[in-house]
Amino acid sequence: MAPPAEVLAVRGLSKTFPGVRALDDVDLTLHAGEVHALIGENGAGKSTLIKLLTGVHRPDAGDIVFLGRDVSFATPLEAQRAGISTIYQEVNLIPLLSVARNLFLGREPRNRLGLLDFARMNREAEEALRAYGVRVDVRRPLRSLGVGAQQMVALARAVASEARIVIMDEPTSSLEPREVETLFSVIRRLRDEGIAVIYVSHRLDELYAVCDTVTVLRDGRRVHHGRLAELDRLSLVSTMLGRELGEVRKEGLTKFTGDHHATDGQPVLEASELTVPHQLHGVSVSIRPGEVVGLGGLLGSGRTETAKAISGALPTTSGTVMVAGAPLRRGSTPAAIRAGISLLPEDRKSEGIVPGLSVRENISLAVLPRLSRFGLVSEARVDSIVDTFIERLRIKASSPQQKVGELSGGNQQKVLLARWLAMNPKVLLLDEPTRGIDVGAKAEVQKLVDELAADGLGVLLISSDLEELIEGSDRVVVLKDGAVVGELAGDEVTEDKLMRTIAGHAPDRDAVEEAATDG
Amino acid sequence: MTATKTDAPVTATNDKSPAPAGEPLGSARSERVSALVQQHGALAVLVVVSLVASFSFDSFATGDNISNMATSSAFLAIVALGMTFVIITGGIDLSVGSLFALGGVLAAWGSRHGTLVALLLPLVVCGAIGVVNGLLVARSRLAPFIVTLAAMLGARGLMLALTDEGANTYLIGKGSFLAELGQGSTLGLGNPVWITLGLFVAGAVVLRRTRFGQHVYAVGGNEDAAALMGAPVARTKILVYTMSGVLAGLAGALNAAWLASGVTILGNGMELEAIAAVVIGGTLLTGGLGYVSGALVGVLLLKVIQNVINQIGSLDSSYQQVVSGAFLAVVVVAQTWLGRRRQLM
Repeated sequence: MAPPAEVLAVRGLSKTFPGVRALDDVDLTLHAGEVHALIGENGAGKSTLIKLLTGVHRPDAGDIVFLGRDVSFATPLEAQRAGISTIYQEVNLIPLLSVARNLFLGREPRNRLGLLDFARMNREAEEALRAYGVRVDVRRPLRSLGVGAQQMVALARAVASEARIVIMDEPTSSLEPREVETLFSVIRRLRDEGIAVIYVSHRLDELYAVCDTVTVLRDGRRVHHGRLAELDRLSLVSTMLGRELGEVRKEGLTKFTGDHHATDGQPVLEASELTVPHQLHGVSVSIRPGEVVGLGGLLGSGRTETAKAISGALPTTSGTVMVAGAPLRRGSTPAAIRAGISLLPEDRKSEGIVPGLSVRENISLAVLPRLSRFGLVSEARVDSIVDTFIERLRIKASSPQQKVGELSGGNQQKVLLARWLAMNPKVLLLDEPTRGIDVGAKAEVQKLVDELAADGLGVLLISSDLEELIEGSDRVVVLKDGAVVGELAGDEVTEDKLMRTIAGHAPDRDAVEEAATDG
Repeated sequence: MTATKTDAPVTATNDKSPAPAGEPLGSARSERVSALVQQHGALAVLVVVSLVASFSFDSFATGDNISNMATSSAFLAIVALGMTFVIITGGIDLSVGSLFALGGVLAAWGSRHGTLVALLLPLVVCGAIGVVNGLLVARSRLAPFIVTLAAMLGARGLMLALTDEGANTYLIGKGSFLAELGQGSTLGLGNPVWITLGLFVAGAVVLRRTRFGQHVYAVGGNEDAAALMGAPVARTKILVYTMSGVLAGLAGALNAAWLASGVTILGNGMELEAIAAVVIGGTLLTGGLGYVSGALVGVLLLKVIQNVINQIGSLDSSYQQVVSGAFLAVVVVAQTWLGRRRQLM
């Protein structure tokens, strides 16, 4: 059998943005039916490479040879017409339009009069989606579907436009495990049909499950390429981070040291019997200074709601929150902030950063009222606080004046963290602090959490990443359906115990004894 | 979950199904009811108000009154038609009131050079201003509000220059084709009414059944996504502002033909009336959702309410605006509530 045809050959691609060499002399070759993993930390140049391939940006130097022809796409539309389709991390479709119209936008079937043929469009849409396991009424607006199904529609759309290359930019970040399986089967089918796939993801499991080859980018350069099977996980991570193997192995995959120990003093936070109709049923959590308490549980178990209820953002109908022994006024965020509670919300974009403002402004946003006297703000004091945190949290920005929207996800998260640390909190509530940020930044944030706890802060950690929860927490309170179903402490904090508790087998006496004899 | 009726969406919920099923947000039935109210609520109110009025006032449901209401609605309706397209793309066009006045003056002025000039001149000039609006909004990425506000001031200035500060009123000769177009009637309804109905049918077909129409919805629904999906965003925007300009000019020309002169004081605040009608008709001000038929219903509703207030002789006609304003407030509150319910906003 002849070797599969070369679909894409990229040679010496470079792109410079003001102040940053985003991509530096990068090569990439793609054959028909190849599933190619493109990995690297945030800021390594993955997005830039994809944007150059899809006509969003134009390269400064280098060639893109697609199907044997030198190409230079001026718009995403041109790239799409030529056969390079992209599905993005966040679903990029029109929520108010029907599923079928989304699927066919721009290439709707028309009748002899040149008018749209809705009957045919709906029929074909239904057929096309069935192949992706999505069985819905295609006449309904897209937004009435779950995120996973929407992502499938985006995928169906990308593939249906006779693509030769499909680029997937973190397609699984909003999918359920079952949906990920469907995605994989679609990718395998694409592979069998000779379509090349570029797959971008931070999830190593997925890469190894579905990709054949890999390109690793770091600081805009290609630092590795080859067959993925020939590169084990640790080498992959170390290549990505640019650190020695031994170092990674020694430190494990998370950056938590786990060596801070809670003092035996009075709890800095005591939330008891928090109740929110339909959401929380008498949840109690207490945190001592220097302690990291994890909140475990599945999606929808009430973790985020607990954090919000403690911070006053979600009105409770009963229950009390005490900070350092003093009761907190119910349902008041300002009171909670004054008392020393800071919440780092789950959704950075909509509840946290102000992308158009500078790093400096974002950091000083919450603390400004405290720095002002008679309504006037001391610029010097702001500067000193901002500088302190940029240094302490190792925020990578060209200057404090850089817009936060231009920073990578990890650095945005750090800016947000700095904003709350500037308030000098006693308790830090972290809701998914490392979601959507790359491995390196993740490690940094984890290390910071450790340091903060060591400084005597009480930390509540919510994370869907079991490893992170286990290694980062001194104690884990497990929630299920809005109620506490168990608490793990000390040696009990293991993945196995946690999963059993979540699954409903509370660590009863037998299990504890078992653990005791084992240990 | 939802499959209670045979025609209800079949949603795969069983665990063996290999993949994600669409999970409806909230109940499908309440969603459908909300959608129905949003789309046809104004029509229901129109029917009720008209019924009550025809029982209360003998002079309401007469042929003359209906025909008068229809004709006076026609001009606003044509303007609202163009506005519907603009609002669905998420934009706004404040220039239409001025373009309406300018179109009327141009038509009256041009009528001396023949009917063709009288009709084409307002369309071309107002269309050109619409093109400029569209270019500035789409290519220069300026806010539609500001761009069309500037056009509103500019067009009114142009109109005043043409009429020597409004001192000159151009007349349209009796018996000309243009006068016939504005004043004549067919089957008991004025010609402008028939023209309006024709335009609305064409507008509905364009919006619902052409690719351009799909793009209009897509641009308003999520502009970035539309661009990534390959929709010609800039072209679509330029086209809707051009359409809006042309239709405003046409409405002005027809109005001048009806009045037999280019009246300069018309069209003040008409852009707001048109926006009100479009919103009352169920089109979302945030874009992405809307109906041509709704704009027509919205216009009729505004005109019927005005007419009813006129019928109540004791009520000062200034209260028309108070009632219209209050009514609009109620509708916007209701629309917003329905929209939130349907999680559109």
